[in-house]
Amino acid sequence: MICQDAFTVALLDPSQPTPAGLIDPQGQTAPKRFAVYRNNVAASLTEALRTGFPVIRKLVGDRFFDALAGVYLRAHPPKTPLMMHYGQELPAFLQGFPPAQNLPYLADVARLELAMRESYHAKDAAPIEPSVLAAIPPETLMQSRIALAPSAILLRSRWPIYGIWAANMLDAPTPQMHGEAVLIMRPEYDPTPHLLPAGMATFLIALETQPLGAALDTATAAVADFDLGAALGILLAGGAITSLTLPKAPAP
Amino acid sequence: MFDQSPPHGLPHCAGVGYKPQHFTQIMENAGSVGWLEVHAENYMGAGGRPLAQLAALAETFPLSVHGVGLSIGGEGPLDPDHLARLKALCDRVKPASFSEHLAWSTHDIGFLNDLLPLPYTQTTLTRVCAHIDQVQDLLGRQMLLENPSNYLAFAESQMSEVAFLTEITNRTGCGLLLDVNNVFVSAVNQQTDPLSYLDAFPLDKVGEIHLGGHDEDTDDHGAPLLIDSHGAEVADPVWALLDHVLQRAGPRPVLIEWDTDVPDWTVLEAQAARAHTALATVQA
Repeated sequence: MICQDAFTVALLDPSQPTPAGLIDPQGQTAPKRFAVYRNNVAASLTEALRTGFPVIRKLVGDRFFDALAGVYLRAHPPKTPLMMHYGQELPAFLQGFPPAQNLPYLADVARLELAMRESYHAKDAAPIEPSVLAAIPPETLMQSRIALAPSAILLRSRWPIYGIWAANMLDAPTPQMHGEAVLIMRPEYDPTPHLLPAGMATFLIALETQPLGAALDTATAAVADFDLGAALGILLAGGAITSLTLPKAPAP
Repeated sequence: MFDQSPPHGLPHCAGVGYKPQHFTQIMENAGSVGWLEVHAENYMGAGGRPLAQLAALAETFPLSVHGVGLSIGGEGPLDPDHLARLKALCDRVKPASFSEHLAWSTHDIGFLNDLLPLPYTQTTLTRVCAHIDQVQDLLGRQMLLENPSNYLAFAESQMSEVAFLTEITNRTGCGLLLDVNNVFVSAVNQQTDPLSYLDAFPLDKVGEIHLGGHDEDTDDHGAPLLIDSHGAEVADPVWALLDHVLQRAGPRPVLIEWDTDVPDWTVLEAQAARAHTALATVQA
């Protein structure tokens, strides 16, 4: 009897013999027939990684990518049947993958590609109209809390991850090597990465726990000429602000 | 036990496996296509375009939700999280049909993303039936179970695939999804007669028919080895087997599956039109 344990081990390790008891019409062990399943698993998971990480593939080339996918898929097969989430461990894997050590930015670029997919499948949330913000007196606005859409995802890197993404996906010029912060926003259904101005990442992180005015103070402390109007403009244009909670009315 | 024979749900016309790149053309003019099938797992995200498109399609077409990841033949218990996602999807879309495969795909280490084969024994029969009972009880509906494409056999098997499937329908009340391309692929690979398989098949339990393309290879001894690729037009011998089935079973919902190297809509629609013609000859 062949248990699924033995089948799985042989499936993922081509150096293992075909399990006995898997036979062809003549009753003989059938390595090439078993190899169909081996190939289906490796090819389908490799294809899922190719689709999910087009920039990584361009950066390392097809042959290198397929080789690293072959190692990755055996170390990290999907955890669930939701292939839309496959590849979560790729950034950490790339960080520790010796043949990729001369491209130290790969892991962060993989994080950006994962975040693009996460944004694509994130829960829908209707953005607020810019006029809603404009109608609130500035003092009240500064005490309000702003919530961003589930599809809005912030990434910070010591590498130019937006520049690398744009050079490969939009044929933009090769970027200078400096750190970048990126906000992925999904105005309707297509996630788009935006390169953020200085201080905006600090502002967005502060906004998670602080009202607008306090977040502005935090950002200005980090970057003296931080431009709140420009920051709000980026968020509104990307449809990323989904709710505004006004301060509680002061007790009489 | 769910007893709903003959299985019903989808219209007895041609459908296609839905691919997002065809959304606009399908919504504008679906031609011969009367219904659509989606892979359940692609619509289990939290939001975004996939769910919006599915909602729009569900308003216009009867839908078949076809699972590819439940691992009904798995040795372990069904994944409760995946069952919950499946129930949420079916409650939301209210598909005309839900189907899954006679296969396993999940093991302790994770999801293997392929439909892996089972030996046909009393042990696996009992397990598969228990899993189908669990799915049907949870969803509150009859499901269809699809016959696999086989590349090899298990020496330990105690009964034929048709006997195995027939016993499953008798015990659980589930219907069957007859993949005629899989029948052809398996028959060539196992050097058996596809017509004998079909003549023994409980056609009264068939709630849906699948057609798809296959690739050709050879085994260790140079014998033909067909691979179920869903990446080509339906082969002529498979169309002939479809005619054979329709003449015996009468009209049924017939689906064109094309999952890799997906062609332009016109190519897919032409395949559906050919299925439509095959159905028309038995519908008259």
